[in-house]
Amino acid sequence: MAPVSLKKLVKRYGALEVVHGIDLEVKDREFIALVGPSGCGKSTTLRMIAGLEDVSGGTIEIGDNVVNDLPPRARNISMVFQSYALYPHMTVGENMGFSLKIAGRPPEEIKEKVADAAAILDLSHLLERRPSQLSGGQRQRVAMGRAIVRRPDVFLFDEPLSNLDAKLRTQVRTEIKKLHARMQATMIYVTHDQVEAMTLSDRIVIMRDGHIEQIGTPEDVFKRPLTKFVAGFIGSPPMNMDDVTVDGGKLVFATGATLPIPPKFRQRLTTGQKVTFGLRPDDFYPTGHGLNSGDAEAVAELQLPVSITEPLGNETLVFVGFNGRDWVSRMLNPRPLPSGQTIKMSFDLLQAHLFDLTTGKSLVA
Amino acid sequence: MKLSRLSAPVLLLFPAFLVLAAVVVVPLALSFYSSFTPFRLTKPESLYVFIGLRNYMTVVSSSDFWVAFGRTVLFLTIALNAEMLLGLGLALLVSKAVRGQRLLRTMMMFPMMFSPVLVGFQFKFLFNDNIGLINNGLQALGLTDQAIPWLINGNLALFSITVAEVWSSTSVFAILILAGLLAMPRDPIEAAHVDGCTPLQTFRYIIWPYLMPFAFIAMTIRSLDVARAYDIVKIMTDGGPAKRTELLWTLVGRTAYGDARMGLANAMAYFAIVLSILFTVYFFRKLAAARQQIGAEW
Ligand SMILES: Nc1ncnc2c1ncn2[C@@H]1O[C@H](COP(=O)(O)OP(=O)(O)O)[C@@H](O)[C@H]1O
Ligand SMILES: [Mg+2]
Repeated sequence: MAPVSLKKLVKRYGALEVVHGIDLEVKDREFIALVGPSGCGKSTTLRMIAGLEDVSGGTIEIGDNVVNDLPPRARNISMVFQSYALYPHMTVGENMGFSLKIAGRPPEEIKEKVADAAAILDLSHLLERRPSQLSGGQRQRVAMGRAIVRRPDVFLFDEPLSNLDAKLRTQVRTEIKKLHARMQATMIYVTHDQVEAMTLSDRIVIMRDGHIEQIGTPEDVFKRPLTKFVAGFIGSPPMNMDDVTVDGGKLVFATGATLPIPPKFRQRLTTGQKVTFGLRPDDFYPTGHGLNSGDAEAVAELQLPVSITEPLGNETLVFVGFNGRDWVSRMLNPRPLPSGQTIKMSFDLLQAHLFDLTTGKSLVA
Repeated sequence: MKLSRLSAPVLLLFPAFLVLAAVVVVPLALSFYSSFTPFRLTKPESLYVFIGLRNYMTVVSSSDFWVAFGRTVLFLTIALNAEMLLGLGLALLVSKAVRGQRLLRTMMMFPMMFSPVLVGFQFKFLFNDNIGLINNGLQALGLTDQAIPWLINGNLALFSITVAEVWSSTSVFAILILAGLLAMPRDPIEAAHVDGCTPLQTFRYIIWPYLMPFAFIAMTIRSLDVARAYDIVKIMTDGGPAKRTELLWTLVGRTAYGDARMGLANAMAYFAIVLSILFTVYFFRKLAAARQQIGAEW
């Protein structure tokens, strides 16, 4: 039973503040991903939870205890490091059993638990090897094995997949998800890869420059981004965004192109107001090749030139010239489109996002 | 005509071979040969008398030699262990220094900058029973009112020499172990903290195994060094009192130049070299094993 609670958590290195008082309630057995660009303070936050960095302000609670001043060994956590941090002089089996040995468990019990974990992670045939004799993927699994052997309350992961190749990454991602179901433990997972965050977690915490931008389920942060930053960070390919000026019932782009104001925003906008308009590639498609939101009235259509296409098999990413640059669209049931051809594009305005130009906050917040 | 038939590499290396032969191979061969003769410096013609292994027999059956041999091994063991412990402690302290670490690292190397002869003189003065700093200090502190005969009592003299040797060479260990500490990855240490280790357990199970190869490198270097320990002993006690601090090399020196029995001295020297090689091989093996243990990639 271990919820984790961060209250006004601050981290300073000397005069430099890198985490600015963040609040986060992680429920027991929840899988939470901390995601954000490199340098935004994810690792620092995770390491404070682990007890590897001192807390400069605020509190961290694990279960019912404030753990600010407890050393890592007193927090009943496991951590999987980006570099795996295996003990080079121990065999795989010794690596995995080390925490139990330190805890003074009897050798038979250690052997049994290591064997169990090794079976789960398909490491049984490698127990006598040393880390230097393993491949990257195997080392990664040993690091996970070391974490699960002791059945901690909380698992912490710091970019555990970033040293693996793409194929292996997808595979291990699935394994981590299964592991969460099996372990019944709280997991906090740091990554800069939004796909990992989306696929794994119950809730996602999006961080930027030491602040939390948004906390929500994968669906929340994808469909209802609270800020322009979140909208741009989550989703692949990223959301198309451009600044527009409101003029009567229209949004006017810098190059003079216009779109009608999406219905749900009509009451909120006044002529002359400047906002950022955003539309995901899924909601911008060659007419007849998209997921229609069903409201034909909310779909605007424009003739636009194709600049390039990226066929992906079941779908094609079509880059079309709009407002002076390329906007990405996702074309379902694709057909070949020669570059330079002008085609009719649909803007599904029901799915459009508008953000305040100065604060970057979503206008539907 | 004949020269030109040698290949270019051989021709080019020839001068180097010649110099090496002159300064290494010839003296080595000569000394090895002379260990089979009753060669005395005072009787040059004795160099041409071949007596087989008789010098070696004399050495093996000489109790003086075996006492010096045993003392050298003891001295080596004590000095190396003391140096390793002190060096380790010093390295750990310096690695913890947040500020001025560069300065401390440089200062740590000072003892290595002095010639061993100077170190010998310095400690001879420090340990002098009448005017020495140590007795003066002890008396000033009221710990004793006697003049402790540091260099006159046999056991104390060996102790004093060990102190001097340790002082001058602990930095070899300190520097190599510090290099290990600084090169050590942080992650396994942090993993150990998370895995439940106290700082002491972290040292015992994670840090020390990592440092071991570095300690063995220092051991290997130092075992070559100490096994030819001569200068400090020569200056401080010259093997005295009553041969109580006689080490292999002071004995060799005395036999060669004092008694002028060069052939016999050379035979002893070859024993000493074998001892030195044995220590080196031993530590080198340990080093290889420790390196393999930590999966070192060097
Ligand atoms: N030991 C340190 N001293 C000073 N600044 C640090 C230290 N560790 C991290 N930082 C800074 O803190 C910020 C957050 O780092 P980090 O948490 O590692 O980011 P990430 O989100 O990529 O994991 C970065 O700007 C980094 O430069
Ligand atoms: Mg990081």
